[in-house]
Amino acid sequence: MAKQEQPGLLILEIGGVCGVLKGHVELLKKHFHLITMKEFLKNKERLSEKIKSVFIHECRPVIDRELLQSLPHLKVIANSGVGVDHLDLKLISSFRVKVTNTPHAVSDSTADIGMALMLASARRLVEGCQIAVSPQTEHFAADWLGDEVTGATLGIIGMGSIGYKVAKRAKAFDMKVLYLNRNRRKEEEEQAVGAHYCEKMEDLLQQSDFVMLVVNLTPQTHKLIGKRELELMKPTATLINISRGAVVDHDALVEALQNGIIKAAALDVTYPEPLPRDHPLLKLKNIIITPHIGTATVQATRMMTEEAVANIQAVLNGLPIPSEVIPQ
Amino acid sequence: MEEQELPYVLIDTIGGTHGVYEDHVEFLKKHFTLITMKEFLENKNHLSEKIKAIYMWWHKPAANQELLRSLPNLKMIATSGAGMDHLDLKLISSFGVKVANTPFAVSSATADLGMVLMLASARRLVEGCQIAVSPNTEHFAADWLGDEVTGATLGIIGMGTIGYMVAKRAKAFEMKILYHNRNQRKEEEERAVGAIYCKKIEDLLQQSDFVMLVVNLTPQTDKLFGKKELELMKPSATLINISRGPVVDQDALVEALQNGVIKAAALDVTYPEPLPRHHPLLKLKNIIITPHIGSATTSSRRLMMQNMVESILAALNGFPIPNEVIP
Repeated sequence: MAKQEQPGLLILEIGGVCGVLKGHVELLKKHFHLITMKEFLKNKERLSEKIKSVFIHECRPVIDRELLQSLPHLKVIANSGVGVDHLDLKLISSFRVKVTNTPHAVSDSTADIGMALMLASARRLVEGCQIAVSPQTEHFAADWLGDEVTGATLGIIGMGSIGYKVAKRAKAFDMKVLYLNRNRRKEEEEQAVGAHYCEKMEDLLQQSDFVMLVVNLTPQTHKLIGKRELELMKPTATLINISRGAVVDHDALVEALQNGIIKAAALDVTYPEPLPRDHPLLKLKNIIITPHIGTATVQATRMMTEEAVANIQAVLNGLPIPSEVIPQ
Repeated sequence: MEEQELPYVLIDTIGGTHGVYEDHVEFLKKHFTLITMKEFLENKNHLSEKIKAIYMWWHKPAANQELLRSLPNLKMIATSGAGMDHLDLKLISSFGVKVANTPFAVSSATADLGMVLMLASARRLVEGCQIAVSPNTEHFAADWLGDEVTGATLGIIGMGTIGYMVAKRAKAFEMKILYHNRNQRKEEEERAVGAIYCKKIEDLLQQSDFVMLVVNLTPQTDKLFGKKELELMKPSATLINISRGPVVDQDALVEALQNGVIKAAALDVTYPEPLPRHHPLLKLKNIIITPHIGSATTSSRRLMMQNMVESILAALNGFPIPNEVIP
């Protein structure tokens, strides 16, 4: 297909901080006429006719009313990643544009990061690495201990695809798995991972050694974990967040960690990202923070782009859409 | 009637960075009269005949010829951990003294550590934590990527208790599991964890994305892993060592990491421990090292202590000894 006949795909840019990964450009160009925001803004009139789709990577480009109005032929906004909390779904829907995400591409790598954070926190990995290389280290103390993950209780809040994969991994560590979800999973699904449904959040919080947040960010889950929830957790427990920063009340978390209300936290996500350099969370000893790397693998990012491409093609060809996001 | 004394057991010291844990003492004193090395040396004449067992915590007190000679009624040495490379088993046996270790108490914690080293290395966790807190961080780069663990190939060298537990965990990450062991495991055991036997270590090395060493240290496994093995590994592969430092030829490892012969390494064990502060391994960017924390959990250490108590009591009462080590 000649370049000009390919459907136009708007992206922010190639490379750089939030740009589309250079290694994925060839894949995109196979199917689409790639147009960057810079090119679009220089030549709005001509290019607005061509743009049928937008590919959102790292939340860019930002979708606002002005942009939607300037793209009369836009059919689909394909998000790279599963979280769409940065998109105004109602607004986009009012322009009759569909939104898609990439739930399949992200689940394994995000579940893996959840497990890595839980294990690293329990076993004091980051601290241990510092000791191993520190110029001051003369011997390894025999009384320097972490906590056992095998056989401990993991409470999973949000048992969608990612939460379920976490449960599957945790089962192999002989963990007792409790879960909370809008809807209870089928019995066979529960049995396959040995997960026990908790009707009430209190039950899960009071029994868990590790609490892992694996929910979407929605108005209902915003600040889901606050002072009350942290106080219900065991003082020996660890909070792990691989969902979205805004699911946790950060001020309440700082206080809880400072006062030993909970033992520790491990966050892949915060609000904002990155945190301001003077934020109290950065100064605490009983926390590990990673820079939102839940899907940061060569394989997952490629799969995300492929999944986005497949979604766009389905929309443009009038076929069933693999991962459409319907506004609630 | 005279109150029967609890059996006399020699320990190194209580507390401090290498002594018997203070919160284990209550349990120990329920079963034993504890004599520290200091007390023993101060009162050798009175105590030397009374001591029936040594509770060897973190290799102390050392069971050398001099000590063994001074304890004529010594029946048992219980040593913490699974490794036996710090003991002269023949020497101890020549004094008619039995030995027991704690291989099972350490296994789950060590398997867990193997998994977290693999995950942390693949996902660049330690580096990521540094970025998250660095004063220079202004944004998180989108092109900063690690490697996927799910679906990758793990080659386990040494499929004893710990290696098998690693395989069980790796299976849940949908990893393809290859293993190399002195003996092939039973078919049901292999099937339960989806592990494929590699009779030749080369086959394992050439196919694995992660190679994990989970062997004992014996004369046969000393420098098992050297230049030849490293060159057989994929250049995109990571070596993880949770066994003993001397299993790996460290000089060959330094060279392999410097020249991209393998991608990265993650070591819980080195030789010596700690490494000298100027050692080249400490300067490499593609390595993570932890301070031998394979069994460093509160519950594992407590279980180790309880196992050691059981072994000592069994030996002193003439029962079959759990975890006895035959030279």
